[in-house]
Amino acid sequence: MRAPDRTEKIALLGLFALLAGGAFLPQWALFLVTLALAKGLVVLSLLLLMRTGLVSFGHGLYYCLGAYAAGMVGQLLHVGDAAVMLLVALAVSCAVALIVGLLLASYRGIFFAMLSLAFSMILYGLLVKSAALGSTDGFNITVTAAAGASLSSASRRYLLFALSASFAAMAAVGMHRFLGSHLGRLAPAVRDNELRVEYLGASVRRVVYLNTIIAAALTGLAGALTALVVGHIDPEMAYWTTSGEFVFVAILSGTASVLAPFLGSLLFELLRSFAYQYSPNTWQMVVGAAMLLVIMFLPTGLWAVFGRRGKRVA
Amino acid sequence: MAAAILETRGLSKTFGAVAAASNITIEIAEDTVVGLIGGNGAGKTTFINLVTGYLKPTSGSIRYRGRDITRLAPRQVTRLGICRSFQIPQVFDTLTAYENLLVGTGIVDSKDAAEAAETILARFGLAPFRDAVAGVLPEGVRKLLDIAMALVVKPRLLLLDEPTSGVSAGEKFAIMDLVLQAVRAAAVTVLFVEHDMEIVRRHAQRVLAFYDGRIIADGRSEAVFADADVRRLVVGEQPC
Amino acid sequence: MGHVLAVVIDGIIYSSWLFIIAVGLTLIYGVMKILNLAHGSFYALGAYAAASLVGRWLSAGRAPFGSYAMLILAAILVGLVVGPLIERGLLRFMYGKDEIVLVLVTYAVFLILEDAIKLVWGVDAYFVSEPYGLLGSLSIAGLTYPVYSAALVVVSLLVGAAFALALKRTRQGKLLTAVIQDREISAAMGIDVRRVYLVTFTLGTMLAATGGALTAPTVSVVPGMGVEVIVLAFAVVVIGGLGSFAGAALGSLIVGMVRSAAVHYLPAVELFSVYAVMAVVLIARPKGLFRALEARKI
Repeated sequence: MRAPDRTEKIALLGLFALLAGGAFLPQWALFLVTLALAKGLVVLSLLLLMRTGLVSFGHGLYYCLGAYAAGMVGQLLHVGDAAVMLLVALAVSCAVALIVGLLLASYRGIFFAMLSLAFSMILYGLLVKSAALGSTDGFNITVTAAAGASLSSASRRYLLFALSASFAAMAAVGMHRFLGSHLGRLAPAVRDNELRVEYLGASVRRVVYLNTIIAAALTGLAGALTALVVGHIDPEMAYWTTSGEFVFVAILSGTASVLAPFLGSLLFELLRSFAYQYSPNTWQMVVGAAMLLVIMFLPTGLWAVFGRRGKRVA
Repeated sequence: MAAAILETRGLSKTFGAVAAASNITIEIAEDTVVGLIGGNGAGKTTFINLVTGYLKPTSGSIRYRGRDITRLAPRQVTRLGICRSFQIPQVFDTLTAYENLLVGTGIVDSKDAAEAAETILARFGLAPFRDAVAGVLPEGVRKLLDIAMALVVKPRLLLLDEPTSGVSAGEKFAIMDLVLQAVRAAAVTVLFVEHDMEIVRRHAQRVLAFYDGRIIADGRSEAVFADADVRRLVVGEQPC
Repeated sequence: MGHVLAVVIDGIIYSSWLFIIAVGLTLIYGVMKILNLAHGSFYALGAYAAASLVGRWLSAGRAPFGSYAMLILAAILVGLVVGPLIERGLLRFMYGKDEIVLVLVTYAVFLILEDAIKLVWGVDAYFVSEPYGLLGSLSIAGLTYPVYSAALVVVSLLVGAAFALALKRTRQGKLLTAVIQDREISAAMGIDVRRVYLVTFTLGTMLAATGGALTAPTVSVVPGMGVEVIVLAFAVVVIGGLGSFAGAALGSLIVGMVRSAAVHYLPAVELFSVYAVMAVVLIARPKGLFRALEARKI
């Protein structure tokens, strides 16, 4: 094991700060941060894909899949243990990604984006029509225990927060190490020049496939976490506008650092909760305008503002 | 004569009505340097594309060290020990020169990848550009990096597609000397496409002249350059 | 057998509607290489504008048949106002960026327009069913259909025919085809690409708005009505091959028929079926049914 570098130290310090500070946060703030961290995992997975040169307009597929997997564990098996729910969610999203990823691996650019979108809309279409799962209304899920121990509602809130924070930190550090490894370094190589990657003897398809699965796993986990935190799930999680929102946050964050997705996600959730409060009917307009500004003036994402010139971090 | 490292039989490739390669049958002996000459569209790059699996031949076969590689993909061909450089440098534009090589050495051998990348960097005189992003490097340097990347995978057969195109006249010889020195140290068989006949004369032990998808002359450079067809069709001399 | 006929007729009506929208989307992509996510918003704008104009017209006590003119006027107005505004005011600063970035730009436009519509028209539904009822109905083999639906099919055929003729026979159409085939060479040969872009985007916007305007009398006009349309139109053009007119026609027909069959035989898979077909087509033919040629890279 090598010594942690700067990014990893910040991630770990951040985790400790969160775990300590979380106990003092008011309930609404705790909820907001928990949600932001969970969704940050989705954005982190998009970062990996964007480093590979891919944008998915269908990440709602795994997000929703993870949530429904967790929910069905509760509904069908009557198991309310968070650990079981998260593990099942992870397994299901990985299993689906193994198949869907195989199909997606030969696509790039807008075709990758649109085929992903099609797959997420297939799930949406299925869920909307399945009465047993509450159709468009979805259903509620409740966590009653964690790894066998039962929970009160306050301790449940803190537990989910701590879980999200730990997953976020672990995922950030794990992703950072992956991107710095020989295998991970193939991601930008594929983005820059697939031909050369093949002429170096590596399989572009395999790189894309692997990264798609890693991204799906993170997103499925995030979906399950979100479901547990919010306590309710519905097919909207698979709708293309949900995926679009993640893409927006990913653009906002940029791909410079594995920490950026979490900051971007937090910023977005904060903005959203304030905008909802003061001007619910112009919220999307604000997001759209912000997106145009970022694309025009900060093409490498907000991180560029306080990071070192774009890409040199991983 | 040493054993053949590359053998093609009746290799043809047509695009619609155009024959980019027709009935190419050659043998390349191990440990030689071969120059490929011919005008634009004569079929030199097509030949390289066929051998390295970028194009699938319409008919004919390719053998590498006795093994049939006719329908293999570039990746598989590369893994067997054939690699190539490109007319237009194919590098990773957002990565530094060092990272470019590291991607390659990481694929070949993950343990000593960093060291191997540094060695190649030094051997090609690229050390001053180590941490510069490849997208902004001068064309000549990108060209060198492109060739260096072909060597990362330790090929036994190297195909260089116009290694000195886009390089200033003054630098051409230096680059070619540098490349061949680096390559020959590892006893690699080299095929190179070149328009500058001086360079071909200087480095090639054998010359293949392409015209209209066919090989119209094959032999030692003096003999090929003396050939009437080559003088007329390739070198472009007017008959007097 | 009556059932099969019903499926086919419903399919044709649905395909016609889809084609009007999809042809605009494929036009914009073909010429400008922009996969326009705001297309659904243009559709919604057309519907709202139509609802407003028809409502005004009728409440002023004018001849009910004039409301058809209002539908067309709404589409033309939206096209002429919104198209140039977005192309000149925003998109022209983005040309040359990556295709995927352009998708995101139009996504931002979509988000902005969604709220803009709410600000202008409020969140309540609009109903203008008069043009729909006015034409009465006709019966085919014992099945009754509104004449309005037949008119929709006719409009769609007209749009298709107009495109086919314009592209083959007119100078402008040939210029357009040239730009679709090769933008750089067209520019080098003196085609005013800037102008072609402006006209294309305006025309595309107008087509989307036409789809919306013609739909307005048949549904309640509500916020978010463009959201679903855009993904359907995507499915159509992706199936047909991005940028291909014949592809848009074929894609519309396939999606229309599949959905109609699903509605009749297996309602549970209605939404699912369209995207499943899209996924299958993409897997079998990655660039859609009508794919463009690609240039040699090395």
